[in-house]
Amino acid sequence: MRIEDHPILTYPRRRLVTFTFDGQEMTGYEGEPIAAALHDAGVRVLRESPKLHRPRGFYCAIGNCSSCLMRVDGKPNVRVCVEELKEGMTVETQKGKGDLLAEL
Amino acid sequence: MLSYEIAVIGGGPAGLCAAISAAAAGASVALIEKDRHLGGQLVKQTHMFFGSKAQFASTRGIDIADILSRQCEELKNITVLLGATVLGYYDDQVLTIEQDNKVQRVKADCLVVATGASEKVLPFPNNDLPGIYGAGAVQTLMNVYGVKPADRVLMVGAGNIGLIVSYQLLQAHVKVAGIIEAAKHIGGYLVHASKIRRAGVPIMTGYTIKKAYGERKVEGAIVWQLDDRWQPIPGTELDIPVDAVCLAVGLTPMGELLWQAGCQMIYVPQLGGHVPFRKATLETTVPGIYVAGDVAGVEEASSAMVEGRLAGLAAARRLGYHNADWENKYQDALQQLMALRSGPVGEKICSGLKCVVV
Amino acid sequence: MLSRTGVATCENIESILPPKERLQKGPVAVIECFQQIPCNPCYSSCPRNAIKPFDDINDLPVLDYESCNGCGTCIHNCPGLAIFVVDETYTEEEALVKLPYEYTPLPKVGDLVEALDREGKKVGQAQVVKVQNAKGQDRTPVLWVSVSKHLSQQVRNIGMEG
Repeated sequence: MRIEDHPILTYPRRRLVTFTFDGQEMTGYEGEPIAAALHDAGVRVLRESPKLHRPRGFYCAIGNCSSCLMRVDGKPNVRVCVEELKEGMTVETQKGKGDLLAEL
Repeated sequence: MLSYEIAVIGGGPAGLCAAISAAAAGASVALIEKDRHLGGQLVKQTHMFFGSKAQFASTRGIDIADILSRQCEELKNITVLLGATVLGYYDDQVLTIEQDNKVQRVKADCLVVATGASEKVLPFPNNDLPGIYGAGAVQTLMNVYGVKPADRVLMVGAGNIGLIVSYQLLQAHVKVAGIIEAAKHIGGYLVHASKIRRAGVPIMTGYTIKKAYGERKVEGAIVWQLDDRWQPIPGTELDIPVDAVCLAVGLTPMGELLWQAGCQMIYVPQLGGHVPFRKATLETTVPGIYVAGDVAGVEEASSAMVEGRLAGLAAARRLGYHNADWENKYQDALQQLMALRSGPVGEKICSGLKCVVV
Repeated sequence: MLSRTGVATCENIESILPPKERLQKGPVAVIECFQQIPCNPCYSSCPRNAIKPFDDINDLPVLDYESCNGCGTCIHNCPGLAIFVVDETYTEEEALVKLPYEYTPLPKVGDLVEALDREGKKVGQAQVVKVQNAKGQDRTPVLWVSVSKHLSQQVRNIGMEG
C-alpha cells in the first residue's frame, strides 16, 4: 500500500510502469527500487535460501545486506532494494545461488 | 584516470560536510556516493535535529540533506559521483569505482572515508522470515519511497532509532504494537520515548524477542522478560501478533575500506565495533587517510557533520590549504564536538574515543 | 521511573511546573525535558529570552516563569516536542492546553476529541479551539485544546478515534 497522506512528507513520483513478477503483471513507479514496487503489491518473499529453501525478504533496504537478491531480466543476484524499476522488467524469485556465468 | 586532491567516500552527513569544508579551503574534491542521491541516511530523517544552530538544530534531517547538497553543488571544485560504489583502494593511492556497470579508477592524494554504518541483526529463531526488517529499512521504505511497510509492527530496541522509527510508523498510519528493550532502561532520548508513550505505544524494558513465527512471512512474535543477569524468565512469554518486526539493535561501522588500506583497527564496543585508531585531526594510522562519521564510531548525525568538517579541513591542510580562517574553522569544529559530547549522553562515546585517539 | 517507562513521574512534573500563582495569571510554558542531552533550540528560539542562557549545551532548560507569556514559539522549535503551554485562566471551568501534533488528519476547530494523558490513555474530552500551522512552524502544527481545569497538567495529546 502507498502512503498518500503524511504530516511531513510528500512523495514526488514518476510515471507508472508495468513489469512482471514471476510472470504476473504488476505496476510500480519508474525509478523506485524494485523492492518498493513489490512491497506495495504485497510481495514479501523475494527469494529462497540456497540450502534450506527458506523464504527471504529484504532486510536493510539500502544495498548492504544481500537479503533481497532476485533475478531481474534473467540476471541473478540483483539487489532489488537499490535496483531502479524500469518499464517492462522481468523480475523473478531467485532460487539457489545465482550462477552469473551459467546465466550468460 | 581521473585525479583529485581529495576523495571523500560516502555522501551522508559526514561526507557532505567533509567535501564542503575541504573544497571551501581550496582543495579539488571528488565526493563518491553509491546511492543515486546525496544525503545518506539524512534523506529519511523526518524529525527535527537536536544540537545547536551550528548543527542545524530544529531543522528536519530531510531538509539538512537538501541544504548540504546545495552547498556542495555551489562549490565548483567538488565533483559528485553518484551511483558510484568504491570497490577497493590500492597502494598507489588509486580507488577503483563501479559506476553504471563500468569500473573506473580515481587517484586521490588524500581520502576521507565516511562510509557510515550498517544495521546489526539479532539471533533468534525465524529471524530470517520476510517481515523481519532493519528499522532503517522500514524508514527507507516509508519515508523515501512512500510505501506502507506493514499494518502492525513490533519494534525491538528502544535506542534513538527504535524510538524515532516507531514515531514515524505512527505518522505513516502503521500501528506499533510495542517497543521491547532488553536493557532495564530506555537507551534513546527520553523526549522521543515520551512522544510515543503519549500516543499510546507501550515500551517494555527488560524484554527480548524469543522467536518470530509465520508460514512464509511474519505473523507474530513471542517476547519474554529478562532477569537481572539478562537470562530469559520462562513463563513470562507474551504472544504479539504483528506482520513485521523491526530490529533497532544498533549499528556497526562499515570499515572495510579502512581494513583494506591497512589502517590499524581496534574493537571498541562503545563505538559500535571495529574502528580505526586516529589522531585528533581524524587522520588514521595510514598518512593521508581520514575518517568521519559513523565509520569512526557510531554516534549522532550532528557529531558526524562536525567530524566531517574537521576531517575535510585537516585533509585540506595536509595538501597546503591553510590560512587564518582555516584555524578559526578548525578550532570551532573541535569545540562543537567537545560540547556535543560533554554531557551524560556523550559519556559512552568519550570513553570509547579514549581507546582510539592517539 | 521515566527512564524505564518513557512517562514522566509526578516528581518529574512537580520539578518543572510553574508555581500556582503564576499558573493563575495566564498562559505559561511547561517544559517536560528531564534528561540532559545536547540541545538548545528552546533557549535560542524564545523571543522573550525567558529560558535562561545555557552554560553548556547539555543543560536542562530553566524557565523564568515571569518573563514567559505562553506565546508557544518554543513548542514547534523543540526537537523533542516536549514543550506545552497551559492556560488555567481560559474559562471558569476549563483550561487551555497548547500541544504539538504531527499527525494526519488534523482536527478542525470545534471538533470534540479524546483528551489523552502521558500514557496515551483517555482521561476526558477536549475541544479544539485553534489549529496553528503557519509556514514558520515547519510542519509541526500546534493544537489549542480546552479541557476540564483539573486535567490541565495531565492532557498532553489528543486522539481522533473516539
